Amino acid sequence: MKPGRFTYHAPRSVDEALAVLGQHAGDAKVLAGGQSLMPLLNFRVAEPGHLVDVNRLPGLSEPVRTATGWHVPALVRQRAVERSAALTGAFPLLGRALHEVAHPQIRNRGTLCGSLAHADAAAELPAVVTALDGRLRIASPRGERTVAAADFFVFHLTTALEDDELLLGVDLDDLPAGTTTSFHEFAGRRGDFALAAVAGQATRDTRGVVTRCRLVAAGVAGTPLRLRAAEDVLLGARLDDSALAAATRAAAHEARPTGDVHASAGYRRDLVGTLTRRVLADIAAAVPTEELTHA
Amino acid sequence: MPDQDEPVWVDTTVNGVRHEEVVDARTTLADFLRGRLRLTGTHVGCEHGVCGACTVIVDGAAVRSCLMLAVQADGAVVETVEGLTDDPGDLTPLQDAFSRHHAVQCGFCTSGFLMSTTAALREGPVTDEAQARDVLSGNICRCTGYTGMVAALLEVGGTRDDH
Repeated sequence: MKPGRFTYHAPRSVDEALAVLGQHAGDAKVLAGGQSLMPLLNFRVAEPGHLVDVNRLPGLSEPVRTATGWHVPALVRQRAVERSAALTGAFPLLGRALHEVAHPQIRNRGTLCGSLAHADAAAELPAVVTALDGRLRIASPRGERTVAAADFFVFHLTTALEDDELLLGVDLDDLPAGTTTSFHEFAGRRGDFALAAVAGQATRDTRGVVTRCRLVAAGVAGTPLRLRAAEDVLLGARLDDSALAAATRAAAHEARPTGDVHASAGYRRDLVGTLTRRVLADIAAAVPTEELTHA
Repeated sequence: MPDQDEPVWVDTTVNGVRHEEVVDARTTLADFLRGRLRLTGTHVGCEHGVCGACTVIVDGAAVRSCLMLAVQADGAVVETVEGLTDDPGDLTPLQDAFSRHHAVQCGFCTSGFLMSTTAALREGPVTDEAQARDVLSGNICRCTGYTGMVAALLEVGGTRDDH
């Protein structure tokens, strides 16, 4: 099918974009990479009267080093993220997850922030950014605010963004020394949305004891699901076989997925356990950065 | 929804030829290429970014032309399958390999595959089967079973020049 009619806006500044969004709040959609919105327009699932194409906004296309980590502005393409040695070096699970996001032809256009704003419950990037404790910078005519990823995702395709707000970018803090990350997913076909995915990071002290941990699942709830019971199992423990087994059981137990034509609820719950174990096995096998520097 | 379509200017270079056109804002790049410029080598399959038949190269990157508006190609350089060679009778080494390895059956998906693989080979060599299948995974073919495409890609994939 073809998109319905809309009035096209290509603002040249954030203020101009916010003015258009404010004027047509509720009847306007923001177009960034378009890899989620354009299918909705083509199928007329979405028929906004106004389309605000933010691709011509200046200064939002390059990652920026901050005092505490990296700021990834709204127009940084997913392909640019995966090709950035600085970003994938700082956040290895980001590069690993992006390889599972659709295909290069999609990632050439799709943006990291667009995936967050779209908030598909089965998408990889919302879970990854949640696992990294990302903070989303949001602009509106009332000014700028920052929302933690944990508070940003409300439900499938629903976020904390108001109708007149624009996602400007996401802040990711550098990982503490001794931190290792990993990401695993299972999808029916290469590049499909995940039936389930798990993003994780753990920080270990010099004795190998976990002092900090994040495990977040995608595809098994309306939002990225923090696997807190599994995290609690690991805190204060070494990543040995018994800890991994206990965390695997806890993760599968706390996931409450729904079944659909692609996979039953029970199958998805088992996947969460299996993927959690794979993530933790990666982390356990890796030498934390601190030990490397002491070697 | 507005009562009438909104006309917008598009100034874009397609296969080396500059075009200045007025189109409806809602026109996709795929429909602009096919309907306005009559470059019907770009095919429209699923219209939601899954099949890859409409893949073209925009500013050096392979993209789905069904998921871009024509107006978004304003100022961009677009390459379609018609532009792979200067003479319509000529074939690139990749096209020639597709032909010899029977990587084509009905042909509907072929132009999309050629644009995806052409872009991939410009980025770097493709030297093993797993990598070839990864490159091919963004497009769907319902005839060939991909075996011929893997063979064609591997035959020309080790070298980077002249794609």
